[in-house]
Amino acid sequence: MNRRSVWTVVSAIVVTLLGGCSPQKYSANYTSGLVYCSESDPISMNPQLDTSTTTADATAHQIYNRLLEFDTETGRIRPSLATKWSISQDGLRYRFLLRQDVGFHSTSYFTPSRLLNAEDVLFSFNRWRLPEHSFHPVSGGYYPYFESLGLADNIADITALSPFEVEITLKQRDSSFLANIASDFSVILSAEYGDLLMSRGTPEKIDRLPIGTGPYQYADYQKNHYIRYDVNEQYWEGTPASESLIFDITPKSSLRLAKLMTGECDAIAFPARVDHQVIRERDDLALDEKAGLNIGFWAFNTERAPFDNPAVRKALAYAIDKNTLIEAVYFDSATRAKSLLPAASWAYQPDAQDTGYNPVLARQLLDQAGIEPGFSMTIWAIPVERAYNPNAQKMAELIQRYLADIEVEVNIVSYDWSTFRRELRRGNHDSVLIGWSADNGDPDNFYRPLLSCDAIPSGTNRARWCNPTYDELLDRALQTEDIDIRKALYLKANELLFDKLPIVPIAHAYRYQAYRKELSGMVINPYGGVRLGGVTKHRD
Amino acid sequence: MTRILFRYFVLFTLTLLALCALSFSLIYLFPAEPVTTLTGITPQNLIQHEALINQYHLNSNILVQFGDYLSELFAGNWGVSLISGQPLSKEIMLALPATIELSACAMFIVVVIGIPLGCYSGLRAYSNADFTINSISVTLYSVPVFWLAVIFILTFSLQFGWLPLSGRVNLLFDIPHQTGFLFIDILLADNLDKSAALSDAFLHLILPTLSIALMSTASMIRITRRSIIDVLNKPFIIAAKSKGLSSRQIFVRHVLRNALLPILPLMAMQITTLITNAMIVETLFSWPGIGNWLIQAIYQRDYSALRMGMLAVSTLVVMITIAIDLFNRLIDPSREKFESVTI
Repeated sequence: MNRRSVWTVVSAIVVTLLGGCSPQKYSANYTSGLVYCSESDPISMNPQLDTSTTTADATAHQIYNRLLEFDTETGRIRPSLATKWSISQDGLRYRFLLRQDVGFHSTSYFTPSRLLNAEDVLFSFNRWRLPEHSFHPVSGGYYPYFESLGLADNIADITALSPFEVEITLKQRDSSFLANIASDFSVILSAEYGDLLMSRGTPEKIDRLPIGTGPYQYADYQKNHYIRYDVNEQYWEGTPASESLIFDITPKSSLRLAKLMTGECDAIAFPARVDHQVIRERDDLALDEKAGLNIGFWAFNTERAPFDNPAVRKALAYAIDKNTLIEAVYFDSATRAKSLLPAASWAYQPDAQDTGYNPVLARQLLDQAGIEPGFSMTIWAIPVERAYNPNAQKMAELIQRYLADIEVEVNIVSYDWSTFRRELRRGNHDSVLIGWSADNGDPDNFYRPLLSCDAIPSGTNRARWCNPTYDELLDRALQTEDIDIRKALYLKANELLFDKLPIVPIAHAYRYQAYRKELSGMVINPYGGVRLGGVTKHRD
Repeated sequence: MTRILFRYFVLFTLTLLALCALSFSLIYLFPAEPVTTLTGITPQNLIQHEALINQYHLNSNILVQFGDYLSELFAGNWGVSLISGQPLSKEIMLALPATIELSACAMFIVVVIGIPLGCYSGLRAYSNADFTINSISVTLYSVPVFWLAVIFILTFSLQFGWLPLSGRVNLLFDIPHQTGFLFIDILLADNLDKSAALSDAFLHLILPTLSIALMSTASMIRITRRSIIDVLNKPFIIAAKSKGLSSRQIFVRHVLRNALLPILPLMAMQITTLITNAMIVETLFSWPGIGNWLIQAIYQRDYSALRMGMLAVSTLVVMITIAIDLFNRLIDPSREKFESVTI
């Protein structure tokens, strides 16, 4: 072979190879499946057991339904599995009329023999409500949402009046009750499936291999990798257009964006603030925004000295400049938080008291409290991005610098999300940067789970702060339907919170949803997890 | 022959034993409770703690413990992951094939491109073509793998949008796990558009494979070239030429065979570099292999996973190295004289 022929062959190979990479866009339109890139692993496949957004996103509106539902636009409560409801004059008895055409998922591990009826509603409620219920202790026996709200204690009785009519009797009036049973966590499970699992001796499977009534049914899950759902062809609201749904678990937000750009994801959770501009500039991507019902805060573990002293907590709050934190961490996508409630709530108090930036005062307060210079504390920063805190690590570093100015040393602690939550629940932290996304539009949904005494064992009270006066104010606010009275009580609670400062409110963030323009029906749900049932993808 | 095999077997066993000893020592070296590192179970109470200690003989003397550790290892009881609670044997068996698949594809490219180009370059030593190939290979050899991977992602995935950037195959394909080797699994699967799945898997494979293969290809070119030049200068080539053999005959019969012999052991070394690089590249391309898995374990301080992961990867590398060395010894008569066995 002479030199020329060798070069001919080489160039022929090169040309073929280049020809192979003809400029055709990578696209994955093999099926009408939908890929949603989520940020982390769900803790369980049953939202009754966990309050995190990740769990709610992956399960609440994909696998399950509730009796009632929030309208994402108006925030009003609308029928779902219950077609009608009525409340008695004294506000204690609630009657729900159920739909009669709702079937449960038929999967490889369960085939339902009957449609949804009152028995399933009783089963689902009694599971978290009654400690003696056979399913109560299954999977840990913790029902954080209901426990933090004290919901189980307030329900006197649930009875089936007929196969499709349920009556719930409360002990005390609770004006947030309907909002609570419309939240992500009040899902309806299958009693028949429960019985089957119990008779097989594997009751814990109910939370790993879920059966619900939602638009998608569970197919497969690999930790750190993906969750696979099949379409529920008998879905009562009409079969979804996608034959399958995938949650591609991608913890890094930059990678989620990259995958959105290449089309490997159709929609992503929590687009990072720095990426918003990139998304807006591209023709094939869309970014929706909506004021969110959430709060990012810095909570002190008030069970630990010296954070049990309100003066110390205040000193630390005065040492940080919230505006700078908000600018650096949220860019332009959050408003400063003064109390717990965002402006979207009807009980919002625009003139609530707030701590300013005053390091001199901070040091003075610390001196008075007997905290020597060189005192060292930990700040736990959540390892995941959340709407309420997109970059807790960075915020922790900024706070570290601020506290260095008043000669307090800070160690930043972070674990992976599930370990982090476990350790946090054990109360091993000095302080933590975390937040809360409301599960319903009621103010009680901020005040009670975040700081009431009942919320300490259920793990949502990160400050582990318990104050009887505060709890009493909240209870009184639920005794009445009168908005003005309720509002006045919440203002009092705000005053108390400013005085004791168990948590430093930092910001209320907007919520964003980034997706490819081929999708239609993608709506931000301010009242909880993402809803993918009505989303369709147009094929090219 | 039997003697050689026996010697290699002894070498292999001893190395494995040393690795096991090292991984055993990690139980005490990691900053966690030995029971936890060994089993992956965090004891919830004293009774469980006690029971685990008794079960694994953790309060007997160290040799008994080690013996017990070995028997557990061989019985396939590798403990569970501290974080996920899954058996480690299952997790490793899920991750390892992905890494082997990636490395094998990369090795294929290294051999198919590296050796011919090296031969060509060596035969035409000091010509313009040689200089071109040589300078390209030196450049590629100097490029860090992680940087190259990022550049590939930026160019081919994000800029042009030709190739996907994460995973082994689009998740919309529901491919049941059977062997762990994706291409085999696709062929075994039913209810699947096989050609679409195969081409999708192939597209996913291109960037990660190239990222790790290019550097090793570059060094393969240089090794082959050097070896060819050395052989060309040997007297028996002049003898062959004087016999009037054509240059093709000389190349095939004398040059190639003699040149490839010293390449083989160097290739073994390349495999270890390749696997190391594969582990770096896996994290960049979210390739669900052992490297990605180990990095996750490091982040999450999953000590039991780290212990077993280290053992699994090093066993794989030792096995490949020894196998190639053995193969090399079998085809190379000149090494018969050296009785001692080396890695």
